[in-house]
Amino acid sequence: MAKLSGAEMVIQSLIDQGVKQIFGYPGGSVLDIYDAMHTLGGIEHILVRHEQAAVHMADGYARSTGDVGVVLVTSGPGATNTITGIATAYMDSVPLVILSGQVASNLIGNDAFQECDMVGISRPIVKHSFLIKDSKDIPETIKKAFYIASTGRPGPVVIDLPKDIVNPANKYNYNYPKSVTMRSYNPTIQGHKGQIKKALTTLLSAKKPVLYIGGGVISANASEAVKSLADKLNLPVTSTLMGISAFPGTDKKYLGMIGMHGVYEANMTMHNADVIFAVGARFDDRTTNNVEKYCPKAKIIHIDIDPTSISKTVSAAIPVVGDAKKVLETMLSQLDELNVDRDLDAIIDWWKQIDHWRARKCLAYSHEGKSIKPQEAIEVLYKLTKGDAYIATDVGQHQMFTALYYPFDKPRHFITSGGLGTMGFGLPAALGVKLAFPKKHVVCVTGDGSIQMNIQELSTALQYGLPVIVLNLNNRFLGMVKQWQDMIYAGRHSSSYMESLPDFAKIAEAYGHVGMRIDKREDLEPKLKEALSIKNRLVFIDLMTDATEHVYPMQIRGGAMNEMWLSKTERT
Amino acid sequence: MRYILSILTENEPGALSRIIGLFSQRGFNIESITTAQTEDPTMSRMTIQTSGDEHVLEQIQKQLHKLVNVYRVNDLTEGPHVEREIMLVRVAAKTADARDEVKRCADIFRGAIVDVTATHYIVQMSGTSEKLESFLASIRETCNIVEIVRSGIIGLSRSEKTVK
Repeated sequence: MAKLSGAEMVIQSLIDQGVKQIFGYPGGSVLDIYDAMHTLGGIEHILVRHEQAAVHMADGYARSTGDVGVVLVTSGPGATNTITGIATAYMDSVPLVILSGQVASNLIGNDAFQECDMVGISRPIVKHSFLIKDSKDIPETIKKAFYIASTGRPGPVVIDLPKDIVNPANKYNYNYPKSVTMRSYNPTIQGHKGQIKKALTTLLSAKKPVLYIGGGVISANASEAVKSLADKLNLPVTSTLMGISAFPGTDKKYLGMIGMHGVYEANMTMHNADVIFAVGARFDDRTTNNVEKYCPKAKIIHIDIDPTSISKTVSAAIPVVGDAKKVLETMLSQLDELNVDRDLDAIIDWWKQIDHWRARKCLAYSHEGKSIKPQEAIEVLYKLTKGDAYIATDVGQHQMFTALYYPFDKPRHFITSGGLGTMGFGLPAALGVKLAFPKKHVVCVTGDGSIQMNIQELSTALQYGLPVIVLNLNNRFLGMVKQWQDMIYAGRHSSSYMESLPDFAKIAEAYGHVGMRIDKREDLEPKLKEALSIKNRLVFIDLMTDATEHVYPMQIRGGAMNEMWLSKTERT
Repeated sequence: MRYILSILTENEPGALSRIIGLFSQRGFNIESITTAQTEDPTMSRMTIQTSGDEHVLEQIQKQLHKLVNVYRVNDLTEGPHVEREIMLVRVAAKTADARDEVKRCADIFRGAIVDVTATHYIVQMSGTSEKLESFLASIRETCNIVEIVRSGIIGLSRSEKTVK
């Protein structure tokens, strides 16, 4: 049996866990670990320019592959800089393991240099955390961290490593466990068969059913099961922001995103449904509007792996706790056993009603004028990438435009910060995706506000040769803030105007990339095409868009699902 | 509604802070909390008295259970159970009358005087929270209560079913 130091055990455990890449930034308390990584080899380390970006990169990597993303940072500021990234991953249930350095055990609590209580400060935003107190515990703790992060409802796990624990002078027997069990952690995977049957019967007898999917479908890799159920029962499908790409966006049964900026037909279908079949969605406030007025006629069936998500905001008539894929597979086999010839026209009246709502074409926008509409930019991007690109976004209007105007057909292709709404997420997340899928088109759709929150990662992109496309929808405003100020604050633009914007194309060039500026509508398609044809270099497109555009539909605050603004002048 | 939750957790550093943090972060109430190691040294038992409606209680129980190092969560108030609290009361007992009154009340409530100085008694009292309240009410009129310390509730279910 090999004898390894604490630092070597950290690296060897990661290798034995199958980790290929980690994202991080060295510093005093993790130098021994960095040295072991250098000596042992076997792991590619991506040196970021800010620790927050390391977490977002690992997050983009994890969301696009389904694997656990790994981060290594030093104590104190290294650890605190990861907090926004960890909170982002926690809200969207992304599996991450964050290794943070810590001052030596005998200094903990002394206000030592670069000391911070990482376990304490991260506690509300992690699935679990560990402070290692004995070097011999390193392999098992790392195994547990990966197990916890990736099973049940996934989430980030922090491991805090005091410097003396990883001291290279002390060697121990090393053995990486093949599996771990924890008596206090046993997520429910298989759903209750009786409940599943009840859910199925309810769904079959519904006159106005809707299948409503969330990020849980992606986490559970349940897309195929969802598709077969929808096909077999001819169900209309709506999605949360996080559920986008879990169901083919070009399928006729797909109505689109629901919620605050959800499409008219999807919100109307939810509001008028008699049975809502929710899979891996958590009825977040951005998706329900006023819960008091939420979908008054609907009986709610709710499948979720996290029991706390069930009946938290909206009461479920038929709850099923379990893994979405396992539950749906059980349901599909029950459906086969029933052996009923399901008449696909059984809900034809419901579909007629839905098509009537669809005919309203809520996403139509005015093409007049010379200015570039942000909607058109996304549509052109869709056309040129044939809907096959991985798209990471930041947060704001551009994020909603992407969600609404770029239909995704394959799961894990839309990478966005939904729960926390973290500006600065897009670029590092896109770089994480590009590392995982170097041959694919990876586009970061961003805005002039968001991009400046992690623009330093252009440097990381150069170092590791990550030729993503950055599409900056530049409207010289914090667009979503401005939209709210236009609509709710009588147009008083308090601190939402981005004065003194830099020349983004020149910034990109200064970082060693290709910078482009598009300000004429006729240049939009040819220049985007040119950008997409550049394979080996990062292209930053600074696209001047119409600053007056708002994202519609937009639900009316305090209203029901069916109460929306459809344009600046029309409401339901 | 008042509830008493009996929680078994892994006896690990930080287990208590995770539970307390959960209550404050989600806006749940803690009326009292007690914790100590159990007969199995790798486990701790926590007894938390909380309040809210049924929906809140359901969320509290689910959220507690979701914590990775929480092993079991039981609501003692959903069935027959024994609950106890211990209290120490320092009362001024400067006159003979006051001393007699305190002694009498302590005896009636089956408490004990566990410390005596020239001017003060410390009374130890255990029982349900209501009993402790009644004792305090009965001596408050005649004596001067200087200090009180209460343990918070501990409890066990009366049924043969154990929280394990």
